[in-house]
Amino acid sequence: MSYLLKNATLPNGSKTDLAIQDGHFVATSSLVKGHLVIDLAGKQVLPGLVDLHTHLREPGFEESETVATGSLSAVRGGFTAISAMANTSPVADTAGVVEQVYRLGQAAGLCDVFPIGAVTQGLNGQTLSEIGAMADSAARVRVFSDDGKCVFDPLIMRRALEYVKKFDGVIAQHAQEPLLTQDAQMNEGEMSAQLGLKGWPAVAEEAIIARDVLLAEHTKSRLHICHLTTAGGVEIIRWAKARGIQVTAEVTPHHLLLTDDYVKNYDPIFKVNPPLRLESDVLALRAGLADGTIDIVATDHAPHSSESKDCEWSVASFGMVGLETALSIVIKTMVETGAMNYEDVAQRLSITPARIARYENHGQPLEVGSVANLTVVDTAAKWVVDRDLMSTRSKNTPFHGFELPGVVTHTFCNGKLVFGE
Amino acid sequence: MKHLLSINDLSRDEAILILDTASELARISDGPMKKLPTLRGRTIVNLFAEDSTRTRISFEAAAKRLSADVINFSAKGSSLSKGESLKDTAQTLQAMGADAVVIRHPASGAPFRLADNQWMSGAVINAGDGTHEHPSQALLDAYTIRKHLGKGARDLTGLRVAIVGDILHSRVARSNVLLLTKLGAHVTLVAPPTLLPFGVDSWPVTISYDLDSVIPQVDAIMMLRIQQERMHEIFFPSAREYSRYFGLNRDRVNALSPNSIIMHPGPMNRGLEITAEAADSARSVIVEQVSNGVSVRMAILYLLLGGAPIEGGIN
Amino acid sequence: MKTVLPAPDISRAIVRIAHEILERYDGADSITLLGIPTRGAHLATRIAAAINAIEGGQVAVGTLDTTMHRDDLRTRSPKALLPTLIPAAGVEGRHVVLVDDVLFSGRTIRAALDALGEIGRPTSVSLAVLVDRGHRELPIKADFVGKNIPTSRTEIIKVNLVEVDGTDEVTIAEGGVK
Repeated sequence: MSYLLKNATLPNGSKTDLAIQDGHFVATSSLVKGHLVIDLAGKQVLPGLVDLHTHLREPGFEESETVATGSLSAVRGGFTAISAMANTSPVADTAGVVEQVYRLGQAAGLCDVFPIGAVTQGLNGQTLSEIGAMADSAARVRVFSDDGKCVFDPLIMRRALEYVKKFDGVIAQHAQEPLLTQDAQMNEGEMSAQLGLKGWPAVAEEAIIARDVLLAEHTKSRLHICHLTTAGGVEIIRWAKARGIQVTAEVTPHHLLLTDDYVKNYDPIFKVNPPLRLESDVLALRAGLADGTIDIVATDHAPHSSESKDCEWSVASFGMVGLETALSIVIKTMVETGAMNYEDVAQRLSITPARIARYENHGQPLEVGSVANLTVVDTAAKWVVDRDLMSTRSKNTPFHGFELPGVVTHTFCNGKLVFGE
Repeated sequence: MKHLLSINDLSRDEAILILDTASELARISDGPMKKLPTLRGRTIVNLFAEDSTRTRISFEAAAKRLSADVINFSAKGSSLSKGESLKDTAQTLQAMGADAVVIRHPASGAPFRLADNQWMSGAVINAGDGTHEHPSQALLDAYTIRKHLGKGARDLTGLRVAIVGDILHSRVARSNVLLLTKLGAHVTLVAPPTLLPFGVDSWPVTISYDLDSVIPQVDAIMMLRIQQERMHEIFFPSAREYSRYFGLNRDRVNALSPNSIIMHPGPMNRGLEITAEAADSARSVIVEQVSNGVSVRMAILYLLLGGAPIEGGIN
Repeated sequence: MKTVLPAPDISRAIVRIAHEILERYDGADSITLLGIPTRGAHLATRIAAAINAIEGGQVAVGTLDTTMHRDDLRTRSPKALLPTLIPAAGVEGRHVVLVDDVLFSGRTIRAALDALGEIGRPTSVSLAVLVDRGHRELPIKADFVGKNIPTSRTEIIKVNLVEVDGTDEVTIAEGGVK
């Protein structure tokens, strides 16, 4: 099927018509007869969104999500590429598992699913996994992460940073010093003192980031910091980049909006790792994203079944779903506040993540010849989040009932209309 | 007032009303009327997911003196210990017709989940949740202080209270800080720095690491229990060092001002945070705190359940 | 609003009631007066003073709060408790005279009888009220009455006492729906 998209507004604000055929953008004159015309007047187009941090739970935890349901959720949120984190069961630490996830993504046929490989075997933090085998597999893994857990042993982290240079890979670190955060439940601060919940101090995140940027400098490797949550962390990244260290960082949509005040009633829907922090952290993260210190937004989409959230705080699971609300939250917190425009949005949510992970078909310029990965959003529309209407199999969104701006109307992946009509 | 989950649920006037009601109930319970018909026909469930003989019996005695029916649901041997969720337990209690649930639970915030989720429609009374709060303990502590030191005043204005020990993990400390300051007392927390919560600087209290300098200046000193588990979590080097700096021993008892009282929520580690002499001294009101607990809990049950049912239950 | 019992009449009624009580029980020795707070308690104190002025001695007097025994607890928010102070002579084997300001439906007195039953077993219980306004809903009667004032259900009788309201006066006014 070919498409003529009329009156599209590009990220730079100019208006144009776009033609899609055989998976690519083509000149409108090359369109064959029988193409579909879609009028995008008043709508903003972006290069297809790319998520570097998605938990698809398959294999092993299919009651919460599968590659198929996660893909559906992704394309509804405007994502054409998602990255499946390795903390599945079995862990994605071999070519076999990553190829399985890759094939499941192909079978779902919606967005591109790129598996992330574990840094250590079984996420044990002690022995490197077969990084080379995963890089050479059909899944062509380039991003390696033990997310869920921190690569806390500095020697292992050093070896991993050095080793992936062979494959032009990047280590994505979940920064959490385990000995400072044993059984931690929420941000350590006045709220945790009041609520009697064990604190997760900012320093446990910042100490690992500081260590790892220095390691990355020493080994001349690429480093990516997952879900940055503290003002101090932003400062460290800024300092590191000024020194020429090859570090990139991501922030989640929920950390751009929510603070630990939301925990006041002990509702585990707000329980997440790393935790919600202070207003001052939220503001620093927004400023960091706006000025590019933080390179990308990544969802850390973490589905959990209702039993693990419908209980007392201390036994609840950590995590929030986010694929379907991510773009809206970025519009609300960054575009509507004037901190970013849509060119910046295209950079942070598509072009830069694709570059970090080496997803060549994504984040391409919206011009003739590029692979047609495209997101269309009605930025003037508003919607109320209803967890029961979402495509993700799990309902753990903290935004249920929130009114948000921006409705994704169409998503094209590799030239195919995978969401919208 | 539909639930009692935290001292923050009470205004100053409501807290004083509880103390005044407890006074009157204590007097009539001691003397003329041992049993009152006020809560006849009401069912109160004690949901104790954490061991506690003292508090559970106290609530049970309070409920029975008001002629309520009491059902005890304790952790051991119950479906809770076999992994039944809080939600399922609550819905079972609702089906059994509980008008109120008195809940003690190891997870901070568990009573809030019961109250918020509307898994059941009754009143929820927090009898101690994790390291968060223990409102009825603070109320009986305030009642005891008022009785001995209040000089007829209705609140605690001007009285100086020290709370000593593991503040970080103490729900008794949190509730007491909230209530004592609400009633006008001046509170000093004494603990090693490792046992004070991050963020305690924003509490309306004075902090001290030096027990000996605080002792001569207080009207009431409340010793908190040091749990054995904390020994292994490196909050202080040894039990000996803790006792030396923060234990209430004979010398410290003698340094207290003449009319001060010694308090402890129990159970005590005699020899660790408090010596036997201190616990048994003439200034100790520790045993009386226990009997005051029944009157205070009667007052709480009466004020929560004695009137018209409050809107807001399950439909 | 109209005054139905001015101050001097209140004083006279109290003295007369004191005499009637003494007459019934042959002196003050076996009597325990229990006033129902708030105003019944003050009236009991006044009746006790009147009795003491007549007989000499100190008649046993105290208060009996009925809040916890009311039958309408479930229809309103819980009320604060008022003091129950039983004198040393107690109630066991005594002639208890309950004292209240107004007798209306009789439910307060029923609650008082229940409360009294928890405390002990008097030889007899009688009732003294300043005003009986009729409209009994239970089989309760007053033995000693200051004044009978027939009323309609919607009228409001207010007993004002110096100790509480700053003046001695009983008024009646047209009220709203009961």
